[in-house]
Order: sequence, then structure tokens, then C-alpha cells
Amino acid sequence: MRTEAMVRNPERPEGAARHAVDVVVPPVVEVDAALARPRAPRPVGRRRPAGSPWRRVLFFGALSVLAVPFVFPTWWMITSSLKPINEIFAFPPELWPSNPTLDGYVEAFTAQPFAQQYFNSMYIAILVTAGTMLCSAMAGYAFARIRFRGQGVLFLVVLTGLLIPSEVTIVPLFQMFNAWGMIDTHWPLILVSTFGAPSVLATFIMRQFFITLPVELEEAARIDGLGRWRIFWSIALPLSRSALAAVAIFTFLHVWNLYLEPTVYLQTPELFTLPQALTRYTDAYGGEMWNTQLAAATLTALPVLVVFVFAQKQFVEGLAQTGLKG
Amino acid sequence: MADATTIPGRAATRPGVARTGGQPPRRRRPPAYARRDALTGYLFIAPQLAGIVLFVLVPLALVVWYSFNEWNVLAGTFRFVGTENFEKLLADPKLAPVLSATGVFSAGLVVFNLALALLLAVMLNRRVRGITVFRTIFFSPVVVSLVAWTIVWSFLLQDNGGINGLLQVIGVDGPNWLREGPTAMAAVIVVQVFKNVGLNMVLFLAALQGVPQEVQEAARVDGASDRQLFWRITVPLISPTILLTSIITIVGSLQVYAQIAVLTQGGPGISTTVLVYYLVQQAFDFHHFGYGSTLALLLFAIVLVLTILQWQLRRRWVFYEN
Repeated sequence: MRTEAMVRNPERPEGAARHAVDVVVPPVVEVDAALARPRAPRPVGRRRPAGSPWRRVLFFGALSVLAVPFVFPTWWMITSSLKPINEIFAFPPELWPSNPTLDGYVEAFTAQPFAQQYFNSMYIAILVTAGTMLCSAMAGYAFARIRFRGQGVLFLVVLTGLLIPSEVTIVPLFQMFNAWGMIDTHWPLILVSTFGAPSVLATFIMRQFFITLPVELEEAARIDGLGRWRIFWSIALPLSRSALAAVAIFTFLHVWNLYLEPTVYLQTPELFTLPQALTRYTDAYGGEMWNTQLAAATLTALPVLVVFVFAQKQFVEGLAQTGLKG
Repeated sequence: MADATTIPGRAATRPGVARTGGQPPRRRRPPAYARRDALTGYLFIAPQLAGIVLFVLVPLALVVWYSFNEWNVLAGTFRFVGTENFEKLLADPKLAPVLSATGVFSAGLVVFNLALALLLAVMLNRRVRGITVFRTIFFSPVVVSLVAWTIVWSFLLQDNGGINGLLQVIGVDGPNWLREGPTAMAAVIVVQVFKNVGLNMVLFLAALQGVPQEVQEAARVDGASDRQLFWRITVPLISPTILLTSIITIVGSLQVYAQIAVLTQGGPGISTTVLVYYLVQQAFDFHHFGYGSTLALLLFAIVLVLTILQWQLRRRWVFYEN
């Protein structure tokens, strides 16, 4: 799936399409070549933006203008979170806070149990990510490498998880968890995200990866007397690090950003997750506390953004494989 | 030690099927190793399979069952009403506006998203110093928390917010974007496009790099202009990706909830109440679980049709893949 030869092979642009079941997962190989490897072996496109330096300036000028709506909101979020409440709506708008203050950040933690909510989001996302990695790697490995009766049918059963949007099943899921006494607990978020529909894509990606793993590696291990579990755990899994990284990134982001599910399942502020908590910063009159809300939003968005800047390649690969929801 | 020939992972080693060439397959007891291996297989898929059955298939069956019942949680009533919910759906005066809002949102999103993604991909498909910085910039909103991103935009788009502030500086009096008229829907679309266009951009970049250079050079030698090269060569060659991304984008757009909830709460009026928002509103705000389930089935039907369409189209564009 990720070998140099295939990246270079122009005859096979659609890596995933070779396999029997193709779902809306964009081909991995293409993405590898495109963004994750800015210096791909075969340069495509013109080497220079244009002949004259004048056109070069024009080109980068156009790009910079286009970049404004992508950068400005984040910029505005961070700077506004540092403004005192009376300067938030100042006219003309201030691009840089003249009297920076951390009041919004202090307020974010006092108006709501924000630290607790931060911890909730963090531990749920980590738990689900670890669980999904293990669960999807095992299932993906079995579907790719082990033969058992009913395999094809069972794989199709699992794939239905890709077809059915989670919004379709939210009402019965709410009722089921209600019957089990799990409303206003984190269990629905953890269980559904780890084992339900959101993890199917991970299983699919892992299966696609394990299919490409050379059989000889396992044959050698088999001759050495290793059992299935050992082969999986000490040979296949370590080799699948790149696929696992992709799964980890999109699972973490997915769970970190869940909004509908927490608002449906959770009622106690102490149990809220971050996206849900962000929308609850209102004063006694129901007015929105903008600098507080923006401070909390900054604290939610910034860590992931910083990690992204340092681990771009993995992020782009990982997310491009999710087939973008929304 | 088991014999190496029964290592699975190759098509012919299916247990229970005779592998001797030419003979018709005949059932026989699989070797002990294969049986133990198959058991491991079942154990490996068990968690995922159980999760799908319990959290996808059972709820799907339940949603069908609920849709034939009137369920009012506040009143504590649950009774079978046959097709009443479906009749209610067809007679619902809000259905047409909700569906049209959903359609406008999906159409606006897919057109604007794809056009911008393609434009960015074409611009960024060059090897110039500094280009990776721009790739990072255009992709970065994808990793920003969706609710955080939406909150900032709702802050910016307020009547006295940053956008109108900037407009006023150049002497333009901006509208109250989210609270009046058609600008609300436009705003929701724009916010969503800037959030996620980076993903489509990456897919287009990948497709552009798959366009054989020889074809481009040949066309150029034949005297094709830049515009001709783009519309006659590049676009047809990346059309599979265009189709794929448009369908993924449409299906994704049908699931948009948080953006609507944070930006407009479905308003003004019900002009931005898309199907998912209406569904959640009916089920969890008005506690009509039966009717909410009927709306969920409608959503499922639409997604199903689009997915089947995608598979059909995929079969037709296989031509380009080989």
C-alpha cells in the first residue's frame, strides 16, 4: 500500500480501488504522493509559478488573500480571548488587544467546571482511541489474514456501519442506553465510538493495510511455532504503525469533536465534554460571555493545532483516509 | 507443528473446500490447525461485530419499529399507530422547507467547496518555495475543533461583530448575517466550506499529481492554451476524483448538525433547519421519538440512494482507473 514502487506507478492512481469492496475511502497512495510528500519523486506541475518576478508576486498575493478566511478566525479567536469584555466589540476592530488580560481564561475555569470537562474530553478521547486501535487492528487483521466461514458476509455486516449515519440511530441508541441506566454517564460515548459505527472505517483501513503485508513474514513465524495471537501482536501490529497512526489521529479528532452525542446523552455540567461545554458560557441573563467562550475555544482548539503543525504529514494522511465527514 | 501450506491469507486455502485442481469442491473436515485458526478469527472480529450488531443494526431495526409508534415521553405514552407518522410526515408543512433547506445547503456546499478546493489545488500544485506553508494554512481549519471554529464565526458574523466592523471601516454597512434573510444560509455554507475545504483540496492535489505529464506536454506542443489544457485535459482526467469528492461532500453535508445548532439554531424562521437538525429537534426537544424516527428513516433513505448512486457511478468511471 505504501511502497515506493506504488507511489511512483502512474498506472495505479487508485490504490484502494483494487480490492473487492471499495467504500468511500479515498486512495491512500495518492495522498501520500500529494501532500504528505511535498517533494515527490516525480515532480508534476510547472516548476516555476510564472516567468517574471512580477507574476510571482501576483501569485503569492492571490494566495495570501485566499488564506485570510482560513487564518483570520483563529487569529480573531486568540486575540479576542485576550481582550477585556468591553473591548471585544470595539470599533474600529482591534487586530491586537491593546490591554491584554487573562480574565477570560480565569472566567472559563470558574464559570464552568472547565478543568473537569477538559479531563473528560481527554480521557474519553484517549480511551476510545486506544480501544479503537486495538479493536480495529484485530478485526482488520482477521478479515485480511485469517480464513473462517462466513467471512465475506460478516465483513459486509461490519461495513453497514459506514453506510448508516450516526444521526439515524441516535433516537434508539438514546432509548437503549436509557434502559440500561447509562444516560448521563460517559459509557454511551465510549462504547459506541469504540465498537460502533465510527470504528468501522478504522477496521476497513487496517484490513486494507494487512492485505498488503507480505505473507512470507507470517509463514516464517509460523514455522518457528508462533501462534496466531503472537504473530498478530509481535509481527503484524508493529509493522502496521503507519496505518495505526492514521487510525489514531482521525479517531482522536472525531471523539474530541463529538457534539450531538454528548448533548443528547449528558446533562450534568461536570460530565460535559469540551465542544458541549463551549456553548454553555452564558451570564445570568442568558447573554453570551464572549471573551470567556473564546478563551475556552482557544484552549480547546490550540493544542490540536499545535500538534498538527508539527505532525502535518501524519495528520493529512490520516484525515484524508477518513473520507471527510461534514 | 502445523504444515505451512495451510497458512491462510491466500484464496485457495479456504477450509472445507478441496484444493486439488480439476476436481469439484468436496466438503471435508478442516484440519485441526485451520479450525483453531478460524476460532481465532471469530475471536478477533468479535468486539467489532458485537458493536455493529448492538449499536448499528439493532438501533436500525428499532428506528423502523419506533416510526410505526407514537411515543411521547412527556406524556409517557407509547402505542402502535401504523403508518400515522408517515402520513404526518407527508402532511407536515415544515417538510418542504426543511428538505429545500437541506437541498440548498448540500448544493451550495458542494459547489462552493469543490470549486474552491479545485482552485486551491491547482494553485498549490507547483513546486515553489513557500508553497507548503500555504498548504498548511488551507488545511489547518480541518483540525480545529468544529464547535470552536463555529463559535468564532458566530462571534465574527454578529451584527456588531468583526466582519461588519471591518466592512464599516471601508464604508459598507453589513447585514445581521445570521439573523435575517437569506444571508444565514449563505453564512452557514461559507463557514462550513472554510472548515473542511482542505480535505477536498488534498484529494484534488493528489489527483492532479496523477495526471501524466506526457499528456500535458503533448497538448502544449499541439498549441493548447492554459485554459484549454485545464478544461480539456486536466478536468476530464481528474473527473473520477471530482465525482467521488462531490458525493462524499454531499453525504457529509446531510449530517451537519453542530454548525446549525451553534450558528443559527435553524433560524431565522426555519430557513436553516436542515433534516438532521429537524430530526433532533423533534425527538429530543419536542420529545416526539416516533416522528423523529420517521425523519431518521427519511434521512437514511436519502443517504442510501446517494451511496447506491455512487457505487453505480464508480462502476462507470472505472475506465479512468485502468
